[in-house]
Amino acid sequence: MLVNITVNGQKRELTADPGEFLSETLRKAGYLSVKQGCDTGSCGLCTVWVDEKPVLSCAYLTARADGRSITTIEGVQKEAEAFAAFMADEGAEQCGYCLSGFVMTVLAMEKELKDPTDEEIQHYMAGCLCRCTGYMSQTRAVKKYLESKK
Amino acid sequence: MMNIERFYRAVSAEDALNVYQNTEGAAVLGGCCYLRMGAKNITAGIDLSALGLDRITVSGGSTELGAMVSLRDLETDENILKNFGGLFRDACADIVGVQLRNCATIGGTVAGRYPFSDILTAMSVLDVTILFASGASMSLADYMDSKKPAKDIITKIIIKNNVKKAVFNSVRNSHGDYAVLNCACAVKDGKYSLAVGARPQKAVRVTKAEEFLNNCAITAETAEEAGKICSGALDFQDNIRGKAEYRKAVCVPLVKRAVMGAAYAG
Amino acid sequence: MKYIGKKIHKSDGNALVKGLPVYTDDLGINNNTLIIKILRNPHPNAVIKSIDVSEALAMDGVECALTYKDVPDVYFTLAGQSYPEPSAYDRRVLDRHVRYVGDEVAIVAAVDEKTALKALKKIHVEYDVLEPVLDLDTALDNKALVHPVQPHTNFDIGCDASRNIASTTYTEQGNVDEVLKSCDAVSGLRCRTQAQAHAMMETYRASVAIDYNGRLVVTSSTQIPFHVRRHLSRILGIPKSMIKIIKPRLGGGFGGKQTATAELFPALVTHITKKPSKIIYTRHETFSCSTSRHAMMLDVRLGADRNGRIKAIDIHSFSDTGAYGEHAPTVFYVVGHKTLPLYHSEACRYYGHALYTNKMPAGALRGYGATQGTFAQESAMNQLSDMLGIDPCELRLMNLLDEGDVHHELDGSIPGNPAVLKSSALKKCIETGKKMIGWDEKYPRVVIDDRYVKGYGMAVTMQGSGIAKIDTATAFIKLNDGGFFTLIHSASDMGQGSDTVLLQMAAEVLEVDIKNIIVTSDDIDTVPYDPGAYASSGTYVTGNAVIAAAEDMKRQITETAARMLHTDAESIEYGGDVIRSKDGSSISLREIGEKLCGFTGKDQLIAKGTYGGDTSPPPFVAGFAEVTVDTETGRCAVTDFCAVADCGTVINENLARVQLEGGIAQGIGMALYEDVIYSSTGRMATDTFMTYKIPCRKDFNCIRTAFESSYEPTGPFGAKSLGEVVINTPAPAIAHAVYNAVGVRVTELPITPEKVLMGMLKKDG
Repeated sequence: MLVNITVNGQKRELTADPGEFLSETLRKAGYLSVKQGCDTGSCGLCTVWVDEKPVLSCAYLTARADGRSITTIEGVQKEAEAFAAFMADEGAEQCGYCLSGFVMTVLAMEKELKDPTDEEIQHYMAGCLCRCTGYMSQTRAVKKYLESKK
Repeated sequence: MMNIERFYRAVSAEDALNVYQNTEGAAVLGGCCYLRMGAKNITAGIDLSALGLDRITVSGGSTELGAMVSLRDLETDENILKNFGGLFRDACADIVGVQLRNCATIGGTVAGRYPFSDILTAMSVLDVTILFASGASMSLADYMDSKKPAKDIITKIIIKNNVKKAVFNSVRNSHGDYAVLNCACAVKDGKYSLAVGARPQKAVRVTKAEEFLNNCAITAETAEEAGKICSGALDFQDNIRGKAEYRKAVCVPLVKRAVMGAAYAG
Repeated sequence: MKYIGKKIHKSDGNALVKGLPVYTDDLGINNNTLIIKILRNPHPNAVIKSIDVSEALAMDGVECALTYKDVPDVYFTLAGQSYPEPSAYDRRVLDRHVRYVGDEVAIVAAVDEKTALKALKKIHVEYDVLEPVLDLDTALDNKALVHPVQPHTNFDIGCDASRNIASTTYTEQGNVDEVLKSCDAVSGLRCRTQAQAHAMMETYRASVAIDYNGRLVVTSSTQIPFHVRRHLSRILGIPKSMIKIIKPRLGGGFGGKQTATAELFPALVTHITKKPSKIIYTRHETFSCSTSRHAMMLDVRLGADRNGRIKAIDIHSFSDTGAYGEHAPTVFYVVGHKTLPLYHSEACRYYGHALYTNKMPAGALRGYGATQGTFAQESAMNQLSDMLGIDPCELRLMNLLDEGDVHHELDGSIPGNPAVLKSSALKKCIETGKKMIGWDEKYPRVVIDDRYVKGYGMAVTMQGSGIAKIDTATAFIKLNDGGFFTLIHSASDMGQGSDTVLLQMAAEVLEVDIKNIIVTSDDIDTVPYDPGAYASSGTYVTGNAVIAAAEDMKRQITETAARMLHTDAESIEYGGDVIRSKDGSSISLREIGEKLCGFTGKDQLIAKGTYGGDTSPPPFVAGFAEVTVDTETGRCAVTDFCAVADCGTVINENLARVQLEGGIAQGIGMALYEDVIYSSTGRMATDTFMTYKIPCRKDFNCIRTAFESSYEPTGPFGAKSLGEVVINTPAPAIAHAVYNAVGVRVTELPITPEKVLMGMLKKDG
């Protein structure tokens, strides 16, 4: 079926099976930042925004996104670049495979929570698994990034 | 591998019901979080997202949740917090992450009747009515009990705002995991209601313990006694997250804490 | 030092944070790539009676459906090890005898995933179901055999398939049984460690195509590109020269990608069909059809005199290698060799077997046996400290080897000539860790209230740096026409940052801005040989090679500059960007580069360095855990973990810290959450992130780290390894803390709330 979605501000007409999930459709359409880490909605790697809200694109039917607006990290490169500096200062990137989804969640949190506490940050970010870093460096980077935006 | 032959965006509840009842192999799409894991062939996947069912409203002493309200909205909505305290916020807290909770819906959760569900345990202690597309309605308790619900579509969930205090807690092996045991307690109209779920079977109210609580002053001792009543009255089983004997043991402090939390502030 | 010890940004970091397409499946440039799916065996132990793929083959879009009848009949190991591999050649591409639930039965390639999955359903198989071996405790001499035919081994690894023995180790110094009799106190524990999953975020995957020279081009998420090429050459029966391996950025490995799990399937399909193909393992396959840590049962005894002087250490182990023996002998060997030499003793022994069972094969995982051995030995040390009434830190300080001490079990020892421990700051690590966690004030416990108790525990550990007398790496450095350098190596960065660390070393030696060196490490057609990313070898082994290459480059530049400035090399002062002669003339690196590449110079400079170590200098960690136990539910939360490491000189403070934090977090997962459960029918029940719980960021919020650096004289700038040693202390330290909190000594990982609470209830009667 044909689905009309706006991806990163561009109107796209994409072909998808009725049972296809956004993660697959987006990768096929060239948005290769979208990664899939599990088959159970558990890891957060595939996080994109649907109408500005962070969702698991592996659990969001492409057909359901018809008429909606999708943002992947390709669409927020400037913001990602700004955040990347804080990640670099902490050496927090490691393998990087979880980072597209992680950064999309950080940027969503930035919009949604005003001045979050440490606990609120951990809670908001809890759906982003990472096996490399042990999370501490990511949290340091997030906090310094949010601090810099004040 | 799961397959959907046709994606159908319903234009009204009647339209959705019509397609659902008249198409063999049709399914109503909830949050779709478990869809990928299934192997079902769905002839028509009925989508309710155009029906305005994603709103939470308060009217006539009740809170109305559209079936497409996300668990994230349930977690953060101000009316929910005002009317039910931290009950739903806490019951949502360990459901994977914000991104999943933005997808998962309350209608899908109820329709799934998942025995491990934190939300259903929390709802079990409230006065909940489920509205269907046909116009029929049913209490949550009946819905959870009914072996075979009629081929109908949940459109709304209505919760009475008669809660003075309500508490959810659980024990789990790690954050974001399913509960080894969960428990909720509410004080409504001066009476206690108490439910234990993820035993691993579905949540049940424990009337024996409720009666006991309704007839005594709540102290640490009586709260623990309520826990012991639950532990003794309920059937527990093994699964990969824990053995029956552990569930039976941990039921006591879990209920005790829920009761103390519901009885006293802080 | 300009670059060593500094917080240099990771060379690929910016691209990774911005989500650029740099991983294996982002780089597919072929259209019409065949998608491969594997039909997997549902029985733990069975022989294929009949298999019929005709219906699958007849489907539109199915390119091939291969069974054991269609594939090369050759035995091999998939372990990523230097040739000749110590692991037994006990595998075939497809075998009639299928040995665990998930073992490969047929390989299907089709135009798309949907078709491939449909085709799997059209393959009809009849099995003769055999009695399986599902329990490590009864594997030895079980009448059911995992491998009825004795496999080929390159060495005498003590493999005896007729007894389900994959390998055997026995090492003893002195007479342990005699010395134990003379001890005042002997602690003894039976410990069990689980088959931890790597759970790297990028699942196993590889894509293969044939290039314009008719060569097989394999793009793979692998830690071991050279070993993959050798394995594929053996399996396909084609020369190594006909295979090219490209290793893009990796989405984590942790040792999982030190086994060539997935590459052979697309290699075979493309070799046969001549069409590009790829395989992407699902998360379910990654959990249940690859490799894991070796589950082990370890019996440990520690004997000491009443003053706490250790006299004897005895560790016996059975290791569950599952259906195939990838890494079985080497992991098993490491258990003893990275534990016994921590402490002085009159006698010590490590022995036992790795055993075959009908479960998923075990393989390499960060720590590589040392993790299991450390859990056992350090748990027994903590028990001994209780028996003797000696503070566990004191007990370690009394018995640890010091710099300059020798031990017969240290790597690099030869009979009669024990290796010397040339660097250790472990005692300082312990002192620092004690201060960080407030040991003297808080040990053994702090009662918070009726419900919560904080317990404190500790453990120490060692690992190695590369494999002594085996691991050998080469690095090239090239001076380019623009006056910048290319560092060419194959340490196989999998996220840990070896590209960056090696760049720092090259820049330090060459005395140029680090931006003046580019690094290339992803195409084995052009990079020199390196065993790959394992055995904690990147910084130490490849690092030493890089330094040698950089020194060689410096020498060549000096000689060239002398020629160009018409003087002799002794008169040249090397200065990085500008090379000066004592007579005042100078030439820039840029000029040298331009000239050498052009007709006037005709001599582009290419330097090389090779290193292989006679020893494997151990890095150390002292780990201190604060565990808050909910005494009502048994739930344990790590509320503080202080890890102090001696990795010699810290080359990159940021990357080292994150390695340490990340390893501790994986160790916490192993200690508390990561349970592996098999059903009674041999199916792995914990094969998703829903059922196998790696820690999420809410599970702990405080890992604190520090470094106490010794100086390793054989190391690059005094450095040792760090990547693996970091995972070893959490399990024993946390178990110790739980014991100190509530008196329950959990010796079987993970330490679940259930084990703790039921232990407490049992203790209280």
